[in-house]
Amino acid sequence: MTTPDYRLSQLETLEAESIHVIREVVAELERPVLLFSGGKDSIVMLELARKAFAPARIPFPVMHVNTGLNFPEVLEFRDKRVAELGVQLVVASVPDAIAAGTVKEEPNGSRNRIQTPVLLDAVEEHGFTALFGGARRDEDKARAKERMFSFRDEFGQWDPKNQRPELWDLYNGRIHLGESIRVFPLSNWTELDIWQYILREEIAIPPLYLAEEREVVERQGMLYAVNEFIRPRDGEQTRRESVRYRTVGDANLTAAVPSVATTVEEVIAEIAVTRMTERGATRGDDKVSDAAMEDRKKEGYF
Amino acid sequence: MTAAAEPGLHPEPPVDLHSAAAEQAHDIALARKDILRIATAGSVDDGKSTLIGRLLYDSKAVFEDQYEAVERASKGDYVDLALLTDGLRAEREQGITIDVAYRYFSTPRRTFILADTPGHVQYTRNMVTGASTADLAIVLVDARKGMLEQSRRHAFLASLLRVPHLVVAVNKMDLVDWSEAAYEAIRDEFTAFAAKLNIPDLTVVPISALQGDNVVTRSANTPWYEGPSLLHHLEHVHVASDRNLVDTRFPVQYVIRPQSDAHHDYRGYAGRVASGVLRTGDEVQVLPSGLTTTIAGIDGPRGPVDEAFPPMSVTVRLADDLDVSRGDLICRPANAPHATQDLDALICWMTDEPLRPRQRLAVKHTTRSVRAMVKDVGYRLDVNTLHRDTDAVELGLNDIGRVTLRTTQPLFVDDYARNRATGRFILVDEATNATVGAGMLVAP
Repeated sequence: MTTPDYRLSQLETLEAESIHVIREVVAELERPVLLFSGGKDSIVMLELARKAFAPARIPFPVMHVNTGLNFPEVLEFRDKRVAELGVQLVVASVPDAIAAGTVKEEPNGSRNRIQTPVLLDAVEEHGFTALFGGARRDEDKARAKERMFSFRDEFGQWDPKNQRPELWDLYNGRIHLGESIRVFPLSNWTELDIWQYILREEIAIPPLYLAEEREVVERQGMLYAVNEFIRPRDGEQTRRESVRYRTVGDANLTAAVPSVATTVEEVIAEIAVTRMTERGATRGDDKVSDAAMEDRKKEGYF
Repeated sequence: MTAAAEPGLHPEPPVDLHSAAAEQAHDIALARKDILRIATAGSVDDGKSTLIGRLLYDSKAVFEDQYEAVERASKGDYVDLALLTDGLRAEREQGITIDVAYRYFSTPRRTFILADTPGHVQYTRNMVTGASTADLAIVLVDARKGMLEQSRRHAFLASLLRVPHLVVAVNKMDLVDWSEAAYEAIRDEFTAFAAKLNIPDLTVVPISALQGDNVVTRSANTPWYEGPSLLHHLEHVHVASDRNLVDTRFPVQYVIRPQSDAHHDYRGYAGRVASGVLRTGDEVQVLPSGLTTTIAGIDGPRGPVDEAFPPMSVTVRLADDLDVSRGDLICRPANAPHATQDLDALICWMTDEPLRPRQRLAVKHTTRSVRAMVKDVGYRLDVNTLHRDTDAVELGLNDIGRVTLRTTQPLFVDDYARNRATGRFILVDEATNATVGAGMLVAP
């Protein structure tokens, strides 16, 4: 990979930055944990964590917030990856929290908002002081102002008006008891960078990300694949269509996009010509309002 | 973000992967590029948001649903591209910009990370933050108003942070009838001012961000202008030689010891190359012990590599079993940084409570954290006039001044002008844990 003029490509530069951030957290903070959803961003983040400490094992556990609405393919992928890496898996369960009465199901069926208290409870229970998240700044305007090291108070809240200045690559990980740091090693990656890295490093991803003929139902201009959580309603017609997922959220809310891309390289070609943001195209939960992400982040959402 | 949810809309058909557009997009997406980090400075009225919106839109970093939302919200004759950089609700409500926002766009040659720094509230803190990681700074000047106090301030802060390349975008040229004289007056005044600062590379481009002139392509409205368009300059400016590849500095970040059967004796020092080049077989010295050894091997993200250079993150293995830990620094025996407990630095102060002599602070320098006491405030700098006020006894919020500090342990430092990576540090308040200052070391 060395070139005579000592230059790195954009992927190598981003990779070096992310590895530096991940190592810095482990060196400075007591109990880090990596939030792993089984989505492509957290898959890349986990791979970067592996590279950061190789040939040693990743020196922190991985946490999954199980909403009870996960795609089975994603859970299967999660368990396989965790076993391969020999890391500890912590599961924070939304259905358990609903059963215990600590959170209440929302009328619209979305568990996006109620997963936040479940996450925060798990963080407190395990005493985690640093949480790695796979968020990228190009995803949303609220994320565009995030730090690499994002300070959270004892309630896990984000205060956009009172962020620590972040200079050079000198990250400030100092906290008091009860406070924590959210760390976003992929801050500077774009969607295309993630895909290019998956291609270049031959990183395994759940099959949902590739096009396949699936039974779909159309709702408000979006295609939902019929699954355990999405059943055709009265009067709705299903049809077979070749679709793939651009993001993998809850199975009852994540729409698929029409696609014939059956390889990572074809996905990249599609994304490069597609003119719709990831979240706008596929996430029912971000459409509630223009500031939906901003509000959820303040409450402690990733 | 609402376009796809409108009732009656249908999903777009799949992309035809065999179309010329898809093949071209594929080639562009997979091309090997490098990264240029940019900081922009300016305030509400000088068209900075419009310029950024224009760069994002014309380089196709804007998606259809974002553009449609902006189109709906625009009031005048033009689609208000400034709305593309619209921020948080709290900001819209108060009509202000709170913080540095990061934007991303790319062309077939380069990808760009743009730190968009607001010009009015907390301008020094934000500009210093944005400029700290920048290869290039863009300062906007309104062609009708000429060089203002804030233009000087922005240029000065870029030079203070040693941003190697400065671009002055003379905006709103359409409002001065594309006057060559107006452009030249600003260019000459800026060039004269820049000569007093440390600005090695200055480029002045006449543009209209609103209409797109000279932003992506050269404009027919400025036949007298012989330079490149702004984007062409951003794509081609030579940054590879901005790094210090001479002075080998490798701050140890973390020690990797697998303690597994397969890697029983593995002991590697993980870190990011701050400057210089490390090669397998090099004789090196470890600070603070001063012991010397040789590099037995270097492991990169994809396995062993022969050499490592900035900004690579690698793991270095040494031939001898030395006691090396986080905060130590690996260098060449004949070229070591200055080990000192006395820091002489320009400090940008970033909190309400002033910096005063005898104050205790935490210092983070490379991977080393120490405690320090403020010994003296030498002078406070007026960022508008560059006047040094030697009567100053403290630094307030957003002040910049020359300060000496005494640390509890030695740091291994270089002059910031020679080595941005080992010449910088941050100051942290030990009670609140807030980052309260940024320091740039002045040659001992």
